[in-house]
Amino acid sequence: MKLFSDWTWFHRLGSPRWFYQNSGRWLPWLSVVTLAVLVTGLVWGLAFAPADAKQGNSFRIIYIHVPASFLALAGYYIMAIAGAVGLIWKMKLSYMVMKSAAPIGAVLTFIALFTGAVWGKPTWGTYWVWDARITSMLILLFLYAGVMALQYAYHSSDAASKAGAILALVGTVNIPIIYKSVDWWYTLHQPATIKLTSAPSMHPDMFQPLLVMIGGFYLFYALVLILQTRNEILRRERNTSWVRELAAAKMAAHTTAHSAAHTTTEEA
Amino acid sequence: MARQMNSGFLAWLRRDLLLAWRRRGEVASPVLFFIMVSTLIPLGLTPESARLADVAAGMIWVMALLATLLSVDGLFASDYQDGSLEQMLITPQLLPLPVLGKITAHWLTTGLPLTLVSPLLGLMMSLPAAGFIPLLWSLALGTACLSLIGAVGAALTVSLRKGGLLLTLLVMPLYMPVIIFGSASVSYAIDGINWLPPLAVLGALCAAAVALCPLAAAGALRATASN
Repeated sequence: MKLFSDWTWFHRLGSPRWFYQNSGRWLPWLSVVTLAVLVTGLVWGLAFAPADAKQGNSFRIIYIHVPASFLALAGYYIMAIAGAVGLIWKMKLSYMVMKSAAPIGAVLTFIALFTGAVWGKPTWGTYWVWDARITSMLILLFLYAGVMALQYAYHSSDAASKAGAILALVGTVNIPIIYKSVDWWYTLHQPATIKLTSAPSMHPDMFQPLLVMIGGFYLFYALVLILQTRNEILRRERNTSWVRELAAAKMAAHTTAHSAAHTTTEEA
Repeated sequence: MARQMNSGFLAWLRRDLLLAWRRRGEVASPVLFFIMVSTLIPLGLTPESARLADVAAGMIWVMALLATLLSVDGLFASDYQDGSLEQMLITPQLLPLPVLGKITAHWLTTGLPLTLVSPLLGLMMSLPAAGFIPLLWSLALGTACLSLIGAVGAALTVSLRKGGLLLTLLVMPLYMPVIIFGSASVSYAIDGINWLPPLAVLGALCAAAVALCPLAAAGALRATASN
């Protein structure tokens, strides 16, 4: 007796059209929830969390810096896993997700580095230091840039996707290095506050808004990834009949709205 | 079966060494680049011996990295242009083995000469005496890593027309751990502390690269160079 003999549900997930139509239905809800969580976290962290004993109010940038760093690392894994799924199961949609994840991760890495530099000036006295974690985050930024540049260099999207997937997988070794760098080298950046097996080394009143912001950033990442992937689907599938029908419907709606506006202005 | 697999690696190693011997002028360029560019450091920074000694280890490593980076572009390029790469892709041997043969030939003709010339440059840049042996060891292991990792980048960009600059951008982030540990072992020796731990990490990187980079390069060649 075979348990999972029917894998059509899995391969249906790989259909760009299925993804486009179903994500379109969930997008409004996801946007509302993301906005709610982000606003809650920001107001709580920026206004209501208690000020730090030594740093005063300048520690509040943690509510952007830490979630952005989390997502920069998680985003790279998402990109690499999407590449691996594409290589193994030859799913075009997976390659589209990989291509969409690269710029989002790169921007989040930049935000993490930038907010870290802004935080470093009042607390450490310097914008930049060649500390293990900061250097490896910079390497992560270069890896993202490399994956994007490689995919844009190829004309055939097939070769571009495969090459990008291989490069993304090769760069995956950097993520554990970033994560563990604060444990292996005792340099300037502080060790991990959020631990898996023991209590966090931060007061709960400061920690809870941080968790909310991390959750909000994850939702935000999912939202932007879905939006980017939808664009990539439309771009790559532009010659298929369902995309053409979609575009025709949008054009028709646009022209009727346009002509309706014109008639009202003419009457007025 | 074992016999057939061995002949893939050795055959391509022998072929590339023979080709390199026939074009020895071309193959010598990375080493000449290494020597000449290292002359720029005293000219650009300072000719004072004491200050040169501070930066010698790191600068020799950076120059070796740049020389390898410039040479790794040609690893698959000439074979791609004359069609031998296609032949490599359709042979019955497992593709990582011929690729490893080519990478070994590249290291023997680029990395090893760089390593052997480095004590001369150490003398020219007033490298402290304690740094010479660590420099030899770290460059020997390090240039092997650089050839292996560079091969992955070369395989990813071989079919592009302007692939050279993109190749450098792709492999630079992957080269950074190699230079961090490589030059750390030389600086530790100069500072008088145990220089074997960074060398051990470098050895581990080399071992992992020998195991994984031929696979990645072979996959990249199949994905991009088989038209």
